[in-house]
Amino acid sequence: MRGNPKAAVTVPRRKGRNGMKSFVCAAKVMIPIVFAYVFVGIAFSLMMTRAGYGLFWVVLSSVFVYAGSMQIVMVTLLTAGAPLAVVAVTTLFVNARHLFYGLSFLDDFRAVGREKGGWWKYPYMALTLTDEAYSVLCSLKTVPEGCDRHKVQFDVLLLCHLLWVASCAAGAALGSILDGNMAGIEFSATAFFTAVVVNQWKESRSHIPALVGLCSAVLFYFVAGPDGMILPALSVSMVTLLLFKDRIPAALPEDCHE
Amino acid sequence: MNDTLYTASVIGVAALMTWVTRGLPYLLFARKKPPVWVNRLGATLPAAIMVILVAYCLRNTQWSAAPYGAAEILSVLAVAGMQAWKKNTLLSVLIGTVCYMVLIRTVFPA
Repeated sequence: MRGNPKAAVTVPRRKGRNGMKSFVCAAKVMIPIVFAYVFVGIAFSLMMTRAGYGLFWVVLSSVFVYAGSMQIVMVTLLTAGAPLAVVAVTTLFVNARHLFYGLSFLDDFRAVGREKGGWWKYPYMALTLTDEAYSVLCSLKTVPEGCDRHKVQFDVLLLCHLLWVASCAAGAALGSILDGNMAGIEFSATAFFTAVVVNQWKESRSHIPALVGLCSAVLFYFVAGPDGMILPALSVSMVTLLLFKDRIPAALPEDCHE
Repeated sequence: MNDTLYTASVIGVAALMTWVTRGLPYLLFARKKPPVWVNRLGATLPAAIMVILVAYCLRNTQWSAAPYGAAEILSVLAVAGMQAWKKNTLLSVLIGTVCYMVLIRTVFPA
């Protein structure tokens, strides 16, 4: 279609329309994680308010720390009056798994950084890639026609961040009204991750990466214990996948990266 | 150190260290193009990571005493089955979560 005279007419209008379309697409794909975010956000703010920290501190930490499990650990550190060095080391350990997430989006996010006006979007996207946001982006195998892939990714990350801050603020405002009746809703995070695993399994050319993940998770559940399993499991999976890289076709050919 | 300054510092340090873990891959490959093995890893690792995250979410399940994680197993199977069948993520998550919340209140109360 190169040289099509229509193209010249449609180009100037494209941005606004596509922007809206991408936003709607982003909002749709992130719906399944809404429950997980709202629940964990409320749980965090209930802990904070019970420990005597008000709305200001709740919002401050959800905007800047923006890591569910770490924020909950942070409440414990705050109330214990832990030294800052302990806070630093604990955060590194609790969040070290994020090191692995960035590897899947190096090219995508960097391309955003090269777009006009995208210089701040690149670091923003890199620094807001939480567990849930990462799995939403991985579930985003293809974007609907007419949507810009990078725009959808940015909108997903921004919406996730806003939803997280709103959930934390709502929890602090509503206080204990919601407490007690919601036991079990945290399972929605597990359910979402399971659904993503099923998608990846059906779409992948090789099941080896998923099986490597499963074996190392089970192994380190027993070797390192429930709380210590995640880092060794991720590291061993990474090394295994590197060692056998020439024998494994890319798990998701069109997806999270080329 | 007074309370306000201490609280602000704890939040600041936690934020900074979180950014380090999230930003490091980009800093490492800021100037040069990532080597081929990094791109390969970026393509194969997500499948392993997601399985490990599911396992990690289930880490505190009581496997060695009744009901032997039955609520978790049944609910995960419900999600996987729904997802394989209908391929509607929202529906699968809803059904799985409702299934879990009902099971822990009725069939397998703690």
